[in-house]
Amino acid sequence: MLSCEMEINMPGPKRRQHCRANCNMLRDIKPGRRAKIRCHHATGAVRQRLLDLGFVPETEVEVIRKAPLGDPIECCVANYTVALRKSEADLIEVECD
Amino acid sequence: MNEPSASGPEQLLVGLAGQQNAGKSTTFNMLTGANQHIANYPGVTVDKKTGFYRHRGVRVETVDLPGTYSLTSFSLEERVARDFLISEKPDVIVNVVDASSLKRSLYFTFQVLEMGFPVAVALNMMDVAKRNGTHVDVSALEHRLGVSVIPTIGRKRQGKTELQDAILDTANRKAHHPLRINYEELESAVQILKDRLDESALAEKYPTRWLAVKLLEGDSEAERIAGEFFGKECEELKMAETIRREFEEDHYLNVPDYMVGCRDRLATDIISTCVTETRDGRDRVSETIDKIVLNRFAAPIFLIATVFVIYQLSIVKGYELTVYWWPILAKLRAMVAGVLPAAGILEDPYIRSMGLWMVDSANALLNYIPIFLILFSLIAILEDSGYMARIAFILDKLFHSFGLHGQSTLPYILGGVFAGGCAVPGVMSTKGIPDERSRMATILTVPYMNCLAKIPFYTLLINVFFAPYKSWAMLFLSTVTIFVALLVAKLLTATVLKHMETAPFVMELPKYHPPTLFGVGQRAIERTWQYIKKVGSIVVAVSVCVFTLLQFPGISDEKQAYFDGEMANAVSTFQTKIAQTPYANQFKDEAALVSMINVYNDFKTARLNTKGAEASKRLSEKFQANYPEQFKFLKPRTDKAAKKVNKALRGLVSTRKSLRRQIKEAQIETSFLGMVGRSLEPVTRWAGFNWKINVAILSSFAARESSVATIGVLYQQGADDNKSLEDRMGAEAGAGGFSPLHALAIMVFFALYPPCLATTIMIKVQTGSYKWMVFSMLFPTTLGFITACLIFTGGSLLNLSGIQMMGVFYAAVVLTTMCAGLFKSWKRKPGPLPDLRQAPKPL
Repeated sequence: MLSCEMEINMPGPKRRQHCRANCNMLRDIKPGRRAKIRCHHATGAVRQRLLDLGFVPETEVEVIRKAPLGDPIECCVANYTVALRKSEADLIEVECD
Repeated sequence: MNEPSASGPEQLLVGLAGQQNAGKSTTFNMLTGANQHIANYPGVTVDKKTGFYRHRGVRVETVDLPGTYSLTSFSLEERVARDFLISEKPDVIVNVVDASSLKRSLYFTFQVLEMGFPVAVALNMMDVAKRNGTHVDVSALEHRLGVSVIPTIGRKRQGKTELQDAILDTANRKAHHPLRINYEELESAVQILKDRLDESALAEKYPTRWLAVKLLEGDSEAERIAGEFFGKECEELKMAETIRREFEEDHYLNVPDYMVGCRDRLATDIISTCVTETRDGRDRVSETIDKIVLNRFAAPIFLIATVFVIYQLSIVKGYELTVYWWPILAKLRAMVAGVLPAAGILEDPYIRSMGLWMVDSANALLNYIPIFLILFSLIAILEDSGYMARIAFILDKLFHSFGLHGQSTLPYILGGVFAGGCAVPGVMSTKGIPDERSRMATILTVPYMNCLAKIPFYTLLINVFFAPYKSWAMLFLSTVTIFVALLVAKLLTATVLKHMETAPFVMELPKYHPPTLFGVGQRAIERTWQYIKKVGSIVVAVSVCVFTLLQFPGISDEKQAYFDGEMANAVSTFQTKIAQTPYANQFKDEAALVSMINVYNDFKTARLNTKGAEASKRLSEKFQANYPEQFKFLKPRTDKAAKKVNKALRGLVSTRKSLRRQIKEAQIETSFLGMVGRSLEPVTRWAGFNWKINVAILSSFAARESSVATIGVLYQQGADDNKSLEDRMGAEAGAGGFSPLHALAIMVFFALYPPCLATTIMIKVQTGSYKWMVFSMLFPTTLGFITACLIFTGGSLLNLSGIQMMGVFYAAVVLTTMCAGLFKSWKRKPGPLPDLRQAPKPL
């Protein structure tokens, strides 16, 4: 189990409630592990693209592997595989199991 | 919308909408049978494609909309698709949905339903869903969505009639009760805004609920519509803004995120009632293949093996096929030659030489057709199977560090990474790259790849100057160009392209499909056809210009008189020699003499090309049958008089040949192109180019092939029949102080020199600007010239030989590329339309 001990201070009770511990960025998830998408830090087109491809909050995502050169990473989200660069994966906040 | 009459309309407009990789193109082909792209590679369908079919007496016009993942206004394709729906108001929208990843597809379906159009859903890829253990309850889905849902398998053309029926039924249906997305806590706000919009004239043009939702979401296009209609400071925009602010203050969640959540909950709910998974719905086959193919250590091996197989099958085997293909082209040339006016005693009629020049230029390019058919079929297989997307995945990091994109792989392969391709389809295939900056960089660097037409020129120079290191020199050329392309891409993206839009690399890796024969053949033929069209139009047209520039203003009258005199002398010598023979009278007439000379030449050429006693016997028989009168002078055997004629004829033909050559060279030397070549000599000598090379380079702009032809003409001085161009060039080069260093400078210049005219036109089409087209010509010329000067002048100063300089240059380029790859000079620029209402960032 990955340990995520990020202390997160959010304005507002709802977000605080969602995000007690075990928070991480998708980029940091090791291949073979699953995590639940919490929110996006991306904006505009990037955010829309991620949503369209199924990176919707509360969805389970599994990091399958890294490309042979280490970047991009391959994820399985809602039954299909999507490749995204680490710089994009760095914008997706996830909650580890 | 056309109001359907009681008996139904006679004509329908149907829009085909759906996400990428959902099989929209195959469904389009299934419905209309039209010719069209089908691919597995995201983003192939960008153009609007229309097809027709008749069903139950109704003519249905079908428009294939760009495949997009959604209908927002962030990308061009999405805007194109959305504008079409809003402005054309199709009678029915067929939403193609991937049954094997239904949930994601539903996001798109919701957007189409929200726009208020009559929708029929084509539930495609039912076979894949079944294979993955996914069962979709079609009637339940129909019930939930409130529209017709037709299961189809586009690849196998299953469900065609049912879908066509459903389209007509949907068009004829009076009342539609499609699913309405409930925005929960925002529902009342949507309703208030909708009511307000309903009162305005906007309601006639736009679906108001959709507009209300989009305004709340802060969609830039919706805001533009409202702003244009009501004015920038209108109540409606302010209202949306207020609702948004208040909601965010109350919920600590922004409105777009909340709406996404509502849609997602609805999709999840629909999935839970309509879909049962016997397994977890994942594609085990694709996963297993990926486990092997994308393995960290195996991936490079598979990649190299793939490239090697493509190279072997297309370039090596393709060349073998040209052995059978070339005679057909040669026949074509002979046919044209037969139609054109016959050759003269000394000079050919202008029409004849120009006609043959055109045919030769075209043939040189058409000769590659077998290679391209194989190459493009293999690439289509890679695309349709889904492996091309994996290649992009594997190589993205490498490409990205040079400002390119994983999807730059396809254009580079088409352009000829491994010695053999064509930049025209290469530049065309950049359409699929979503990142504008990388796309531009790819377009501008694809021409550095080794197109097939550059190879003969390289081979010529390598055979003359680098004969002992043939394979090394070829390896040098085919790899150095990749490094240079990467370097140039890095340079351009860090400078002139710096401020272009970039996009994230978020790419679906489609499931593996066996490619269909139809799909592969269709695309291979389409791309080869693009190439043939290029040959047929641009290259032939430009070859005429080059021909004219090489012919005019022509040689001076005195020189002409001199050549005429020499020829007359030769003819009279011939006449004197045969005066004593009984055949003397036969050749008094000039026409008879010319025809004899032509037969003699034909026979000689044919004999050179036949091997073995059996074949040459057959050839003699053929000529004897065709030219019974003249054959005895070709092979006199026992007839002494005929032998004499044969001997005299041989002398005459050889003099004629040498005179014709001298005329041609004099012509080129005094021609416009020759003048330009000469006037450039003071500058180009720093790169080691003499005027002949200058002319060859100038003429190659039409098509690379012409360079070898032009060099052939320029280096034919004193050649006799058995000497190849290599020998002639080598002989003259030795005398003129032409060294391997010269050859290296020329080859490198040629590798970097601007794209041929056809490619520059394609660059204009793809970039949509003449500015970039001109840039694509000037930049490589400058770069190539500076590099050639460095090689030649630098090499001369350091006293290096050609092969040594090749090594030094290669090492320099490779080192620079490696340094450039590690150096990150730019930061990512945000997407085209940055959304300012972002979520409160966790700290």
